Amino acid sequence: MFSNRLFNIFVPIISVLLGLFAGAIIMFAFGYNPIEGYQALWDGAFGNSYFFGETIRQVTPYILTGLAVAFAFRSGLFNIGAEGQVIVGWVAAVWVGSSIEAPMVIHLPLSILAAAFAGALWGFLPGLLKATKGVHEVIITIMMNYIALHVSNYLIRNVISDGGDSSDRIGDTASLASNWLMELTDYSRMHYGIIVAIIAAIIMWFILEKTSSGYEFKAVGFNPHASKYAGMNVKKNIILSMVISGAFAGLAGAMEGLGTFGYMPSHSAFTNLGFDGIAVALLGGNTAFGTVIAAFLFGILKIGALNMPTSAGVPSELVEIVIALIIFFVASSYIIRWFLLRMRKEEK
Amino acid sequence: MENYVIEMLRIRKEFPGIVANNNINLQVKQGEIHALLGENGAGKSTLMNVLFGLYQPEQGEIRVKGNAVKITDPNVANDLGIGMVHQHFMLVDTFTVTQNIILGSEPKNGVVIDTKRAEKEIVELSKKYGLDVDPKAKIRDISVGMQQRVEILKTLYRGADVLILDEPTAVLTPQEIKELMKILKSLIKEGISIILITHKLKEIMEVCDRCTVIRKGEGIGTVNVQESNPNELASLMVGREISFTTEKAPAQPTEEILKIKNLQVKDIRNAMMVKGLDLSVRAGEIVGIAGIDGNGQTELIEALTGLRKAESGKISLNGKDLTNLSPRKITESGVAHIPQDRHKFGLVLDYAIGENMVLQTYYQKPFSNMGILSFKEIYNYANRLIEEYDVRTPSPYTQAKALSGGNQQKAIIAREVDRSPDLLIAAQPTRGLDVGAIEFIHSKLIEERDNGKAVLLLSFELDEILNVSDRIAVMFDGNIVANVKPDETNEQELGLLMAGSKKQKVGDQ
Ligand SMILES: Nc1ncnc2c1ncn2[C@@H]1O[C@H](COP(=O)(O)OP(=O)(O)OP(=O)(O)O)[C@@H](O)[C@H]1O
Ligand SMILES: [Mg+2]
Repeated sequence: MFSNRLFNIFVPIISVLLGLFAGAIIMFAFGYNPIEGYQALWDGAFGNSYFFGETIRQVTPYILTGLAVAFAFRSGLFNIGAEGQVIVGWVAAVWVGSSIEAPMVIHLPLSILAAAFAGALWGFLPGLLKATKGVHEVIITIMMNYIALHVSNYLIRNVISDGGDSSDRIGDTASLASNWLMELTDYSRMHYGIIVAIIAAIIMWFILEKTSSGYEFKAVGFNPHASKYAGMNVKKNIILSMVISGAFAGLAGAMEGLGTFGYMPSHSAFTNLGFDGIAVALLGGNTAFGTVIAAFLFGILKIGALNMPTSAGVPSELVEIVIALIIFFVASSYIIRWFLLRMRKEEK
Repeated sequence: MENYVIEMLRIRKEFPGIVANNNINLQVKQGEIHALLGENGAGKSTLMNVLFGLYQPEQGEIRVKGNAVKITDPNVANDLGIGMVHQHFMLVDTFTVTQNIILGSEPKNGVVIDTKRAEKEIVELSKKYGLDVDPKAKIRDISVGMQQRVEILKTLYRGADVLILDEPTAVLTPQEIKELMKILKSLIKEGISIILITHKLKEIMEVCDRCTVIRKGEGIGTVNVQESNPNELASLMVGREISFTTEKAPAQPTEEILKIKNLQVKDIRNAMMVKGLDLSVRAGEIVGIAGIDGNGQTELIEALTGLRKAESGKISLNGKDLTNLSPRKITESGVAHIPQDRHKFGLVLDYAIGENMVLQTYYQKPFSNMGILSFKEIYNYANRLIEEYDVRTPSPYTQAKALSGGNQQKAIIAREVDRSPDLLIAAQPTRGLDVGAIEFIHSKLIEERDNGKAVLLLSFELDEILNVSDRIAVMFDGNIVANVKPDETNEQELGLLMAGSKKQKVGDQ
């Protein structure tokens, strides 16, 4: 029926369609018109240039957190800590962005790198503990998320504070925001960060597919015993993979700090960017290209959904359920895979 | 009309780029042991997976006890009384024997599992068929032989009366093989029919009634074992004459390459397994380590290759100290290693076979330049090895897991031998290989020796040890207890030495 490659692309597409279908049933069951609902969703994402700009803005950090989770996954690690890495990246970006004065060519890259570095550090610790003590990375990264949340709030209120519950604003020389893009998109908050995200995706693809380090990362992910036998330093690879993963997530924080907001508000709860990154990576099949596509889908759903309560009267709780259903179907894509395989067999 | 329990007629099964089964017929009589023989990659496992419902054939008909059936998945096979023991066991390590056997068809007492009843049933079954197991032991604590008996019981417990065994003896020691053969004979007495895949012609001659031969996916025919002989079977299977003893000139050993002094190594459970061992291997000789599994061989090899820390003692190669260096340093010093467990250590199964060919050298020129891989070079190299070592694969881009077991092994051997190291450590190198491939691998080992390399061979097959080695070191209880010449000893004497019941002064070579 179709080749394996095509097959791997089919599965997520069918998952999404099934999710949309299930969402339609839910809307229908609660007395809302699903067609109107999805029309509102579509308009909310693409209806005008403002919505479009906002969608791109939302896609940007999703790409980066998706890459973070996907990269770790390819070396056999489950980085639930992208969330905390986003937060420390955000803090670091804003800190450097607000406390240093320098020309843009230095200030902006420096602020972005600070975010990557902070995220990398937040990935390094779980990596180190996993490699040397065998502590499971899921446990450590979850704890690191809380540490990030509370430490960042402390810093925002006391150290880089504007006196209230937010950090200082970053200098213009550290900003990713662009008047040109804003005007083009009817004053959405779209910024140059999408370029950073796409470059990051290309870097991930390059590392994994073209370099000898990527060969090691993937080998360790597939079979640590054989990797050790082959002379690879499994511990080093675990740590390095978490560092790179953390750096991607840290960059997502920079997108928020230097692009969307220009400062960092104190957070009473998680941003969810890191957690959504898990679903993005999963939907994207943990490849760089797939992650970018999946991030777009998520961005569209997230931003488009904002329009559903106003345009179609679908309450936002229901919208959340619809999104959750799509994620559910993606996560259960294994069942769909099984079903397709059967069909393929029958056909022969 | 004959009374066939299983009839597979004109079966065809394709994989991308390859026809694994083409027009194959297999007819198994009630109560017989039917051998399935063929080279590595001939399509034996595929055919059995079709019968067990894991693959759907593109063409052909399957009849069970005279009725045409469609076996869409293994549950259907179970219901039809077909059970299969795969080459790689599918047991839950942390469960007990009983839990593993009843898994999926637990006897219930209301809603709770009736473990007592299950244990009783298992004891009865195991008595009836002579399958000795300890129902309360955890899988991880029992021997490979017993694990296999558990697998067999698992199928019998589900009421199987047709048993498929895919290379059951490849993982067993000679003693365990003897036991298994006895068990098989008692099973057919109880009316069970068996399909046995094995590369060992001796086993076919010993227990099988008939033998179906397939070659490169084609059915060659079925012979009565009694009216045949190993030579005929081998030539049917390969399509040419095969010699069973390896021709070789006497060894001309020169300087010492590997020197092990007073080596001590512990296992995972912290028990001392290698207890002050001394051994040396010279350039131009093959030293065979004979011994019963579990006498420290695995730990010795893991210490030599850097996979396990040595507690004390010294390992040196060409006079250079290698003790407790990393596997990479050891590899770079000129050691190659064909590992005992090919799936655990030897291959990254999800990588293409070509990528697996550079598992230790991917970072070196020409495969990598300044950290960037050159897939052109990698696949050129892989193509050469595939050609030279006759690894049967649709292409070098095929995932290693899609290769037949024997071809996976050949790929590892190609990779290790081709690096032409100073010291080649070969642990069970011919496990799961067909007779033609074994002949080829043996001649490769001898060729390495004649090129002035040192070869350390570990094998549980005394035939192999006696045929290939220039010197035999017998290992017992963590030590080399005897050094003998293959032409001055025989299987009986080796057997006694390996059991530790006969001692010889060490060191007289
Ligand atoms: N899942 C698969 N996908 C693609 N090709 C496969 C797959 N399984 C087997 N093959 C191919 O089909 C052919 C037959 O393989 P099979 O495993 O049946 O051989 P075999 O006779 O059992 O060999 P061996 O003695 O080495 O175990 C081989 O060329 C193998 O590469
Ligand atoms: Mg096989």
